[in-house]
Amino acid sequence: MRLAVHKFASCDGCQLSVLDCEDELLTIVEAVEIAYFPEASSRMDDGPWDCSLVEGSITTAHDAERIQEVRRKSKRLVTIGACATAGGIQALRNLGDVEAWRAVVYARPEYVATLATSTAIADHVPVDFELRGCPVDKHQLLEVLLAMLHDRRPAIPRESVCADCRRAGQVCVTVAKGVPCLGPATQAGCGALCPGYHRGCYGCFGPSDHPNAPALSRVWQAHGADRDTIVAALRTFNTAAPAFDAEAKRLEEDR
Amino acid sequence: MSEEERTIHVGYLSRVEGEGALHLAWKGEELVDLRLRIFEPPRFFEGLLRGRMATEAADITARICGICPVAYQTSACVAVEDAFGVTLPPHLLAMRRALYCGEWIESHVLHMLMLHTPDFLGVPDAMGVARLNRDMVQAGLRVKKAGNALVAALGGREIHPINVKVGGFWRLPRRDELDRVREQLVAARPEALAMVRWMGTFDFPELDRDVPLVALRPADTYPFFEGDLGTTTGLTIDVHQWSDHFAEEHVERSTALHCRLHGQPYLTGPLARFALNRDRLPDDLRALADELGLEAGVVRPFRSILVRGVEVLYAIDEALRLLDGFPVHLEPSVPVTPRAGVGWGASEAPRGTLVHRYEIDGDGRIVSAVITPPTSQNQLAIEADLRELAPELRSLDEDAARHRAEMAIRNHDPCISCSTHFLTLERVIEPA
Repeated sequence: MRLAVHKFASCDGCQLSVLDCEDELLTIVEAVEIAYFPEASSRMDDGPWDCSLVEGSITTAHDAERIQEVRRKSKRLVTIGACATAGGIQALRNLGDVEAWRAVVYARPEYVATLATSTAIADHVPVDFELRGCPVDKHQLLEVLLAMLHDRRPAIPRESVCADCRRAGQVCVTVAKGVPCLGPATQAGCGALCPGYHRGCYGCFGPSDHPNAPALSRVWQAHGADRDTIVAALRTFNTAAPAFDAEAKRLEEDR
Repeated sequence: MSEEERTIHVGYLSRVEGEGALHLAWKGEELVDLRLRIFEPPRFFEGLLRGRMATEAADITARICGICPVAYQTSACVAVEDAFGVTLPPHLLAMRRALYCGEWIESHVLHMLMLHTPDFLGVPDAMGVARLNRDMVQAGLRVKKAGNALVAALGGREIHPINVKVGGFWRLPRRDELDRVREQLVAARPEALAMVRWMGTFDFPELDRDVPLVALRPADTYPFFEGDLGTTTGLTIDVHQWSDHFAEEHVERSTALHCRLHGQPYLTGPLARFALNRDRLPDDLRALADELGLEAGVVRPFRSILVRGVEVLYAIDEALRLLDGFPVHLEPSVPVTPRAGVGWGASEAPRGTLVHRYEIDGDGRIVSAVITPPTSQNQLAIEADLRELAPELRSLDEDAARHRAEMAIRNHDPCISCSTHFLTLERVIEPA
């Protein structure tokens, strides 16, 4: 299998997860031909590729064209991480005034070319599989690579963090301590990490299947969270994921 | 076009985190233009932080860089604690420092073994290195894994740790978690030493630089987030006075800002930390530096890989020292009460000093944020290195020139995502 790894607007953390597979890395490169992975290799094979892993969101006109070319040259296209799957933290610009932000950050804003929005890869091209997480979990990433290698569907559960949290034998932070937690509406995959550290889940894997976010907002409100707090919690690394965005908008309109 | 004019476009820079292009132009023998352009799609962190709670800055700014999230989290926490007037007790400072050791280990070994060693051996990547010396690559990967295990043990996970907060941590590690990571660090120590000694046998291109160096220089230890900034020009700068000494400018070729010290290019990172804090290293690591030919008072960028090696060993030893007898029964954090004010935080990211400044209102919301990453500080010094190498870059054949230029840029491990990916080398040679 000829593999490519592409970067769009992102922090590089998800592709770094490939290099963080220290125990498996030398085995992976025996099974997979890494044809294009600029962050790790100066060998840059122009494609076509059997599978492309795509990190990052689309934020420039140039990148909107480049993703079309990546799609044309890739038999399978898998997005890795919250930026590629939901637009990332930088999708907060979709709500704000990008012109004002450009002026805040850059003394000469005319030098910086950018779109007004940060959008998911699936908003631009068909995507074969979306792997969640900010960052992705490396074991899930290995499962996706194995699935692509064997031409099967990746076995990635869409259940909520609560399922993992119970399996880990952890005490519910909301029930026991009244700590607001996005776990009931967030997809599993991290191993219910945050509750294990006595903090509420902050939603970095995005919405689970059928999240019922309005019900979760009511739980948060019952524990004293105001609307602004809930909206801020929904508006982070997966702010543009439809279920989180819809609930944040509902709360904002209610205000 | 006369036969003496040449325009050369050479691929783009791989094995760095980011996208860039290098443009070189000569008129006859004279270099008339040299520009390192950086164009990472802008993500507007300083804009999107406005109105967020200051306590969210650590988790949000971690997403600027997946390679050095602990640096972002640390500078953010230090800055917000500065604004709120929060002081951490020794055990929490020790844990913050030990977490940072883990990031130095994993980020440095990633760069040394997987991104920079291929340049010295003339192979495209770490897989090429493994074909030449599989045992060494496997040993190096175990060292990197130990660094990641340390970050995961204290931070919850390797990339974008979840356990860091303003005022300390969400929970302290359990004794069994510390014992496991301690075993890995002890096993990694001799493997790291063998790796850096092996790298000491590489053939290093000669380049001696005379550039001001800037790094934190604490009173009694090697820096992670402690002390005032020191410079090789003799200044001691309290980070609160940053703006009196440093200025950022925005130039057309880049989405990264360029930072100067009193109008001059300067360098941060391992070369600067080591030069300014060599006397803070334990005797055995100073002796190792001597053995590796890292002479005091000389800045040799192509040997930065060895300085990183010394820092990896320091980070392993320091983490073991800090975690030995760590009081796991104490409180994981101190209480934090928001107040209006301005806070500064500086820390030593693997690739250089990272400065955060936040203005915060009485409710604890961010009014404005300024983040100065290492790469925007180092870009002018990287260009200055390339200027020194210009005669070589003009005379070498195209592949060799590109290789040498990329290697010189990688000396400084630029993390272009921090600000801004890939390098296109353009050479223009016109008649005099």
